[in-house]
Amino acid sequence: MLSEDDVKHVAKLARLRLSSDEIKKFSGQLSEILKYIEQLDEVNTQGLEETSQVTGLENITQADEVFKKCDGNSLLLCSSLPKERKQILVKSVIKTE
Amino acid sequence: MDIKDLTIDKVQKGLIEKEFSCLELTESFLEKAKNENEKLNIYITITDKEALEQAKIIDDKISAKEKIGVLDGVPCAIKDLINTKGVLSTSASKMLSNFVPPYDATVVKKLRESGMVMIGKTNLDEFACGSSTEYSYFGPTKNPYNSDYTAGGSSGGSAAAVAAGTCLYSLGTDTGGSIREPASFCGVAGLKVTYGRVSRSGISALSSSLDTVGPFAKNVRDIAHVMNVIAGRDVNDSTTPDVSVPNYVANLNKDIKNLKIGLPKEYFDEGIDAEVKKSVEAAIKKLEGQGAHIEIVSLPMTKYAIAAYYIIMPAELSANLARYDSIRFGLKPENAGESLEDYYFNARGEGFGDEIKRRIMIGTYVLSAGYYDAYYKKAQKVRTKIIEEFNDVFKKVDVLIGPTVPGPAFKLGEKLNDPLQMYLVDSLTVPMNIAGVPALNVPCGMTSGGLPIGMQIIGPHFSEDKLLNIGNIYEQL
Repeated sequence: MLSEDDVKHVAKLARLRLSSDEIKKFSGQLSEILKYIEQLDEVNTQGLEETSQVTGLENITQADEVFKKCDGNSLLLCSSLPKERKQILVKSVIKTE
Repeated sequence: MDIKDLTIDKVQKGLIEKEFSCLELTESFLEKAKNENEKLNIYITITDKEALEQAKIIDDKISAKEKIGVLDGVPCAIKDLINTKGVLSTSASKMLSNFVPPYDATVVKKLRESGMVMIGKTNLDEFACGSSTEYSYFGPTKNPYNSDYTAGGSSGGSAAAVAAGTCLYSLGTDTGGSIREPASFCGVAGLKVTYGRVSRSGISALSSSLDTVGPFAKNVRDIAHVMNVIAGRDVNDSTTPDVSVPNYVANLNKDIKNLKIGLPKEYFDEGIDAEVKKSVEAAIKKLEGQGAHIEIVSLPMTKYAIAAYYIIMPAELSANLARYDSIRFGLKPENAGESLEDYYFNARGEGFGDEIKRRIMIGTYVLSAGYYDAYYKKAQKVRTKIIEEFNDVFKKVDVLIGPTVPGPAFKLGEKLNDPLQMYLVDSLTVPMNIAGVPALNVPCGMTSGGLPIGMQIIGPHFSEDKLLNIGNIYEQL
């Protein structure tokens, strides 16, 4: 069960601004989904390893060579924010009084 | 020229024998795409200019008597979460509604080098999260067989693009059924490949341990042609193993005498629509007539696949989508706020639609401190159990066949306000993503209401050649 306060907390962790209507709606919907996924408790998984890679690959390495897909200028053009000295200008991290 | 009956082989023959020029061909498909798009909302962008330029290059090649490849000049469509250099690639999200990528995805690069003529970029559920293409920021794609119904999703645009005759093949992605389900709903062939068989470099990542890329086409032979180009190792995607790529076209038309086909009894349960069940069973009878042996098998973990999926998928998605902060790319929020933190909150609050917000929150929740073991770790163990079940069954049979979706296409709006019901549409497609095995949707009939029915042929890792052979044989029966 996810209360509206839980939804607010999770949204904060995920950096999502939600309206009060959204918080209300998501609280009901997410509770229903969580209830559904909790049926996994019925499955006996004792002694089983977790799987995160299905084809058995591990530690893929390659030579440390530069291969460029595109240059810095074309990457900078993807940003809607102002640029200064080939850098993107963002709002200050620390609020000033 | 009647473009309705064209296939990839026929295009190559037509171009070489000068029955039509590539420019004529491209103009016909562009016109068809524009007409159908008005009715069905298949494309987010139609790329007329690029298509006509490319057609001219192919025509010049033919005039110069250069040899042309099998995909040279063949019109295709690309799902809009796949990067196309210089062409808007939105992932059907408001967040990326202004994003023009500076490079091509590996699959696009390979297809360009093989002479594709791209008709346009197709619609999808936002960031490929959904089963009906109704979660697109650009509105839903409608089913070409009946525009009151959905085209399926998330690659609904790519399936409809082929079904409506606006291109000969298209690319989609399949994380939990997003190629097979729309292929089934739209009556076209669609292949979900083995995890890692096709490079994902340059494609918006959702769930890194589940995402795959694959083709749609009118018939299985055309799928094999596209696979010959896109499959294989890519240094830019370390999940593509160095497993040799067979010639998928040369492998077609092998007989299937003594092939062992398993029918998982759980895939024919009471939840399956009666007409769907009947069509799939009739198709299996036909294959039996070709000398295949049928065996009933059991995959009891099937019923837990959706629950495991909706932990693993949102968990990985919430991490992958953390990169969307509207700084390096992405739409600037209307309200930029006072601080950098405000900016992040507003950009993501404004840029993502409801389904993405839901999945980010489920993912964030199941990964948060104190819940990780109970949800994510548990799901990854259930995953192991699902994989073991597939491994065991493939010791007994060569392939599995069952319905792709429990029912035919549903009506627009029917499941829109009930996320859980939308998730359950994928109950028979999700298990293959969890196990990483390939599966091919092949159309196998129509409902009395005139909607397509599809079956899926499922095999062990890297058995795409076998699946395509069986699908191709079925199509000739």
